[in-house]
Amino acid sequence: MDLTLKIWRQKDKNSAGQLVTYPLKNISPDMSFLEMLDVLNEELLVAGQEPVAFDHDCREGICGMCSLFINGRAHGPERGTTTCQLHMRHFNHGDTITIEPWRAAAFPVHKDLIVDRSAFDRIQQAGGYVSVNTGGVPDANEIAIPKTIADKAFDAATCIGCGACVAACKNASAMLFVSAKVSQLAMLPQGKVEAKTRVENMVAQMDVEGFGACSNIGACAAECPVGISLDNIAMMNREYLGAKATSDNV
Amino acid sequence: MNWFTKTFSSTIGRKLIMSITGLFLCSFLVVHLVGNLTLFYQDGGDAFNTYSHFMANNPVIRTMEIVLVLGFLFHIYDAIVLTRRNKAARPVGYAENHPQENSNWSSRNMGLLGTIILIFLLVHLWNFFVPARFGELEGVPNKEYLNLYSEVAYAFKNPIYVALYVISMVALAFHLIHGFQSAFQSLGLTHRKYTPFIKTFGVAFSVLISLGFAIIPLYFFFFVNM
Repeated sequence: MDLTLKIWRQKDKNSAGQLVTYPLKNISPDMSFLEMLDVLNEELLVAGQEPVAFDHDCREGICGMCSLFINGRAHGPERGTTTCQLHMRHFNHGDTITIEPWRAAAFPVHKDLIVDRSAFDRIQQAGGYVSVNTGGVPDANEIAIPKTIADKAFDAATCIGCGACVAACKNASAMLFVSAKVSQLAMLPQGKVEAKTRVENMVAQMDVEGFGACSNIGACAAECPVGISLDNIAMMNREYLGAKATSDNV
Repeated sequence: MNWFTKTFSSTIGRKLIMSITGLFLCSFLVVHLVGNLTLFYQDGGDAFNTYSHFMANNPVIRTMEIVLVLGFLFHIYDAIVLTRRNKAARPVGYAENHPQENSNWSSRNMGLLGTIILIFLLVHLWNFFVPARFGELEGVPNKEYLNLYSEVAYAFKNPIYVALYVISMVALAFHLIHGFQSAFQSLGLTHRKYTPFIKTFGVAFSVLISLGFAIIPLYFFFFVNM
């Protein structure tokens, strides 16, 4: 199929960017979206032009590196799909495809389609972990966890941290990401120990990074490639308000 | 900042304020609508004037009036602070964006709907609250109360007011359809048993309350004043 691509090109963090149009011919419907961009980059290299910079790593939908705002949707038009798992069969011959980077003050554009998502790392570092002190390895089934709780915690843990929630949210809010990380640990006995301090610190860091507030519009969950639920946001609100009311942190 | 101001200036804390004041304002709407229904008594405004006299003079109501104003002020103030923050969180927008694929129009336009409601509120206070409270009304012969009913009937002779009131109530309906259930989400009050009920109830509540208010100007314009 033949396509017209409109791609955001930006030299570096401090330069102004713009959409540049590239015609692309003979794209197979079996290609993934990123393979289609690989083809474009090869053509650009042959023509002596700078290839389009975009993030990618595992290309099997589990690492969370790929991003891209495609035709007005985070990770493209298919639900429950990362950009790397999006295939060209979902597009038609003659389509014009607009490709933009995630847009958020907290995700500055590094180059072209690559944004700096280290704000997520700093939120994780603020409390998205369980402190394990040294000692013997505990027996696997020593701590009983009900199956329903384990399943919910696992569902939250499937968040790959890609940032599509921030990209899709009209407020560029990181609430879905942070809530998945908070509730994943808050539900489990190992995580409950630090639950109050964790949620306080992670929400504080989220606010420092300049993400917006949650308007409960649900765009994040609708565009999330791994289907993180809004229930996690409700749980984080509960955890946060409870922690603020009862924790020892003044 | 101490822990208290930190909490209420955080994004989640501000949403807590939005949800609590929002639900409080919902309860006010119920009281206000129930009182307004006395307008439909076929007694030349006797029941409505008695009710408005009570509302203007009862000390408990007068105290709640202050709480109500505070409720509005906190709701509006935090809405402005949050909106400014949310706009700043995305300084550069998308060239192409299709939010209708992932969210409802009303949920994305709460600020616009709220602004329409605020403009309505100011007009509405000027129409009825100011004359009722600061005594620009005529007394009713042989009664201790003033005639707010005739003020209502007079105002709704004007088709511009009727249109403004009805349009504002449509905005109110959409504001509440998102706002009611959203408040419970912000408070963290979700449960697989109760959330579906809260959502259905919220829609019914929003439509019925707004419809109840919107009928009043239409009733006066088309029936009483004909």
